[in-house]
Amino acid sequence: MLTVTALSCQIGQNTLLRSASATFPAGCVTGLIGPNGAGKSTLLRIMAGLTVPTTGTVLVQGHTLAALTPMERARLLAYMPQDIPPFPPMPVREIASLGRLPYGEGASQAEHHPAVGRALALTGLQALAGRAADQLSGGERARLMLARALSTETPVLLADEAVAALDPAHALSVMHLLRALAAEGRCIVLVIHDLLLATRFCDQLVLMKDGETVKSLPPSGLTEDILQSVYGVTTRRIEQGWVPWDLAKAPR
Amino acid sequence: MKTRGWILNGGLVACIIALSAVSLLWGEHAFSFTQALREWLAGQHTAEAVILGELRLPRMLLAIMVGGSLGLSGAVLQGYLRNPLADPGLLGVSGGAALGAVCVFYTGLAQLGLAILPLGGLAGALVAAALLVMLVGRGGALVLLLAGAALSSFTAALTAMVLNLVPSPYASFEIMRWLMGSLTDRTMLDVLLVLPGVVLGTLLMASSARALDALTMGEDVATTLGFQLKGITGVQMRIVMGTSLAVGSCVAVSGAIGFVGLVVPHLLRGLAGHRPSRLLLPAFLGGATLLLGADVVVRLAATHKELQIGVVTALIGAPVFFHRVIQFRKRGGF
Repeated sequence: MLTVTALSCQIGQNTLLRSASATFPAGCVTGLIGPNGAGKSTLLRIMAGLTVPTTGTVLVQGHTLAALTPMERARLLAYMPQDIPPFPPMPVREIASLGRLPYGEGASQAEHHPAVGRALALTGLQALAGRAADQLSGGERARLMLARALSTETPVLLADEAVAALDPAHALSVMHLLRALAAEGRCIVLVIHDLLLATRFCDQLVLMKDGETVKSLPPSGLTEDILQSVYGVTTRRIEQGWVPWDLAKAPR
Repeated sequence: MKTRGWILNGGLVACIIALSAVSLLWGEHAFSFTQALREWLAGQHTAEAVILGELRLPRMLLAIMVGGSLGLSGAVLQGYLRNPLADPGLLGVSGGAALGAVCVFYTGLAQLGLAILPLGGLAGALVAAALLVMLVGRGGALVLLLAGAALSSFTAALTAMVLNLVPSPYASFEIMRWLMGSLTDRTMLDVLLVLPGVVLGTLLMASSARALDALTMGEDVATTLGFQLKGITGVQMRIVMGTSLAVGSCVAVSGAIGFVGLVVPHLLRGLAGHRPSRLLLPAFLGGATLLLGADVVVRLAATHKELQIGVVTALIGAPVFFHRVIQFRKRGGF
């Protein structure tokens, strides 16, 4: 469970967040949606402890984020950045095992930890465990970033556009995976631009605009009027058609 | 991977022991090692005892400490900056040490005592390190790179200026020779001057090993994995201070010995693996091996004029580096 209250963030002359408040329940996938520059990534970075807010508080599992030590925070929150760094030619398993660093395990011990094997299995990377990470495709790299985050086994996972670099089939499989993780009781927060995936897989959507959290609502509550006011575009709701239904039938 | 690491480190330690033995036992004057050692330990000033204890031993110890520090600093900086071209000279601290030593030469203070030259170098390194820390402030790796580049060009320009102003050509020749790097005629006093910086610097660098692993995922992920990168106790500060202390004190005593910090991590990465923390110990041992080996070559090639060790490391290092560049290109980059 993650709660943010009255968060604001000002860097120089730029106000990145004005007054953001929202609750991200455990066991739910929450999608942070809104136009570019709305403050979604800033909010996620503040929750991950990467950016210090000007005012406001973040509460993680009952703890104030600012009062936690960096290692305590690392064991509660895993963060997947929007940009994937170029990987060194380390084996995939070794990269995934970096998620165990907050537990102070030795390198070899971490590599053989069950959480790493599980993370690789969940992300479908088991067969590639011995491959050099610099030789992976874009989709495999994105899944490896997720595997690294999962191997920490945190109750909260913050992902900045986790599916943006993925093809439709992999995007679907990652969304299914996030759902499964939420079903285990984890709190998943996801910045997402794909409204089809967001409405299909998220339990809750938090809409942001101009540095403010406009609304928290279930996907069914997302109406044409709300999208018009947040994105400034005219939309039409199609309950069935070629895109969502065909993809929904794609194999996991 | 673990066994491979043990074999690699064991092999390097064996090389160091073998080369140290050659360094101590082999020279122009042949004598009984055990007898000379006994005499030196007993504090007798026989010719053999002086050659062993005052010439060969400090030279060997300095080769290990300087080579090790340069290799380790190179591995740490390449890991931290995620740049395979990073080298201890990049931060400008060795430039500061060289400038400090050159100023001591220029002012003629060097004649006042044996310790004045390395102390001048140390002072230069410390001033450069302080400037670097102030310049970087709360900036990240890129700011560190830029600040280091600015500082090293500035110290190089000042060194050139001092060289320009030196009245006698003989003095400028002496300075040039010193700048090329050498372990010749160093004493136990030099060893004692280098030791604190190397020990403290090595400990600081070693303490950042796990953070270097995390940094392979980028600064944001490393931070969320619980590593504080910036600030006074942050990883960046430990790395800057660690490399500055170790490399600064080494350059102050031995002059600028190039290529060790750049090439040793590259040579060993294929054997130690690409995980930055696994490279640190091999890089220290490998640097020590390379410099001990280069020193043996220097002494082997010594005719009427001794080759500077910095020249030898560059001659060994450059072809190795060319080879690595070609390998890199074939692999499609890192």
